[in-house]
Amino acid sequence: MAKVLVFIDNPGPALKKASLELLTIARSLGEPAVAFNGELHDDVAATLGAYGAQTLYRPSAADLDDYLVGPKASYLAAAVLTAHATVVLTENSAEAREIAARLGIKLGAGVITDVVAVDPDGTAHKSVLAGSWTTTAKATTPVAVLTVKANSITPEPAVTGTAPGTITVEVPETATAASARITARNEKAASGRPDLAEARIVVAGGRGVDGNFGPVEELADALGAAIGASRAATDAGWIGHDAQIGQTGKTVSPQLYISAGISGAVQQKAGMQTAKVIVAVNKDAESPVFEIADFGIIGDLFQVLPQATAEIKKRKG
Amino acid sequence: MKIIVLVKHVPDAQFDRHLTGEGNTTDRSESILSELDEYALEAALQLIEARGGEAAGNKVIALSMGPAGAVNAVKKSLQIGATEGVHLSDEALAGSDAAATSLALAAAIRHLGTDTPADLVITGMASTDGETSLVPAQLAERLDLPQVTFASSLELDGGKLTARRDGDSHADTVEATLPALVSVTDQVNDPRYPNFKGIMAAKKKTITTLSLADIGVDPAQVGRSGSWTTVESAEVRPARTAGTIITDEGDAGIKLVEFLAAQKLL
Ligand SMILES: Cc1cc2nc3c(=O)[nH]c(=O)nc-3n(C[C@H](O)[C@H](O)[C@H](O)COP(=O)(O)OP(=O)(O)OC[C@H]3O[C@@H](n4cnc5c(N)ncnc54)[C@H](O)[C@@H]3O)c2cc1C
Ligand SMILES: Nc1ncnc2c1ncn2[C@@H]1O[C@H](COP(=O)(O)O)[C@@H](O)[C@H]1O
Repeated sequence: MAKVLVFIDNPGPALKKASLELLTIARSLGEPAVAFNGELHDDVAATLGAYGAQTLYRPSAADLDDYLVGPKASYLAAAVLTAHATVVLTENSAEAREIAARLGIKLGAGVITDVVAVDPDGTAHKSVLAGSWTTTAKATTPVAVLTVKANSITPEPAVTGTAPGTITVEVPETATAASARITARNEKAASGRPDLAEARIVVAGGRGVDGNFGPVEELADALGAAIGASRAATDAGWIGHDAQIGQTGKTVSPQLYISAGISGAVQQKAGMQTAKVIVAVNKDAESPVFEIADFGIIGDLFQVLPQATAEIKKRKG
Repeated sequence: MKIIVLVKHVPDAQFDRHLTGEGNTTDRSESILSELDEYALEAALQLIEARGGEAAGNKVIALSMGPAGAVNAVKKSLQIGATEGVHLSDEALAGSDAAATSLALAAAIRHLGTDTPADLVITGMASTDGETSLVPAQLAERLDLPQVTFASSLELDGGKLTARRDGDSHADTVEATLPALVSVTDQVNDPRYPNFKGIMAAKKKTITTLSLADIGVDPAQVGRSGSWTTVESAEVRPARTAGTIITDEGDAGIKLVEFLAAQKLL
């Protein structure tokens, strides 16, 4: 059976939903193992077992996080060889994709990014050109490296859990040689809201919020949603850049995307047009966002959003 | 200082884009300089201008790999301000995936550094057609250069490069010494437009065309046959169609909630 290695990097005290999705996909492709980096909390170890990980690989070096990408790729390459893996799965974050990129060169392995589904024969499904085309692609090399988007499947624990043994992987001493060093790290404050990439519902605000994200936040909280933004809103400094949706921000595919005060430029659409349902609130009937909205309201977001928030609260009691 | 900026010629995203080329490749008929590469070019121009510009012996080489039309991305870069242009073009490159692209570009970068190696290779954060962001990291791997990617700010002090990289949960300060490979985001600067003077000046600048033979790459290693991935099928996603559009008459917030309830999204 194919050995499938899932790379999990610094999950902290609990595994993200995206990691659970990777483990679930790994089981559908073969025998799952995990290449882990960072501190391993008990809960995480237990969850890895519950999701069927057969073996846990950990790096001999503890300083991988002090460098940008390169050394982690060296570690992962060593883990793939140790595990005899033929498929490697990582999340689709900027860093994971770059690790995958270098891993591909080290192993002579084809890399496919933005994967949303993998067939048992390794065929990967993805959408390209800002969500306007869907393609299937395959690695033609002995090892395939796939970076999988969050929210691709429903995670499911294994029928029978495991108690994976740990194997230490020697990270080559040269791994850090030509690497850029991370000399300072500023952790961002947690918002308490769902992670944008994984959220089931996203409420996003644009230039139309005019500096006041209050109505967007209140609607998001009533719906248990994450908050997104257009580049106009992040450039204005009304909200952090990590909330930006679009070509140069995050790509999201939630069940519901509520766009408020956003015109719907191509670069914005690139990040959200694979959402299942799109709702748009904009006071300009000519806004391109209405071309892709399942439900559009021509109106003032400062009227519509608070009224919707109040109605949801009333219904939820 | 010698900086190589990688510029890609990509289909204009303002129009519909198609995967109708041979082997499900991109139709490149309506193409432009990838807008994300304008930030890379601007970063390079700012770095050399702060060091006395071309008069002080600095140069910015714009390098593009692609079919005949890709020379337009090089020309545009020269109009914006690059010193010279290089167009890597060869029939055998058609259908190259990221691994094959990075192999060819790495060989071209080595070739351009035969006399004096480049101090910096600067790329965009992603191509606006492939959108993989694989090429910069793969170039760092192939050229054994420190990788400073997704830089949202960039400073160079002597031979020391300092960049800011924004992640989801943290923002990092990254340091490396030259030579290095850098990719920049659209946060890093405000790219300039070509002006009349630049457009006129560009006419006198050199564009060198390189083939695979010139850079010593075996055609079998690149293109569709040398790639490590294949696209097996490509289909247009049914275009999203407009749904119900209403004008607020004082109750649109309630109608919105009714819509969500009907869709079982509450
Ligand atoms: C290289 C590059 C990359 C880019 N990447 C991204 C990206 O990743 N993400 C992104 O979003 N953009 C990106 N952009 C920018 C993009 O082109 C647009 O400029 C941007 O999306 C516009 O943001 P906006 O819709 O909020 O602002 P605008 O286009 O100004 O639209 C504001 C909208 O709000 C409406 N409005 C105003 N007041 C109200 C109100 N009270 N109630 C309701 N509606 C109201 C207006 O009718 C208008 O439609 C990029 C651009 C470039 C060049
Ligand atoms: N064919 C190419 N010619 C020149 N530069 C390229 C080419 N392909 C990719 N690049 C560079 O690599 C960056 C990232 O591209 P990608 O990995 O395709 O998303 C781009 O912004 C360019 O700077």
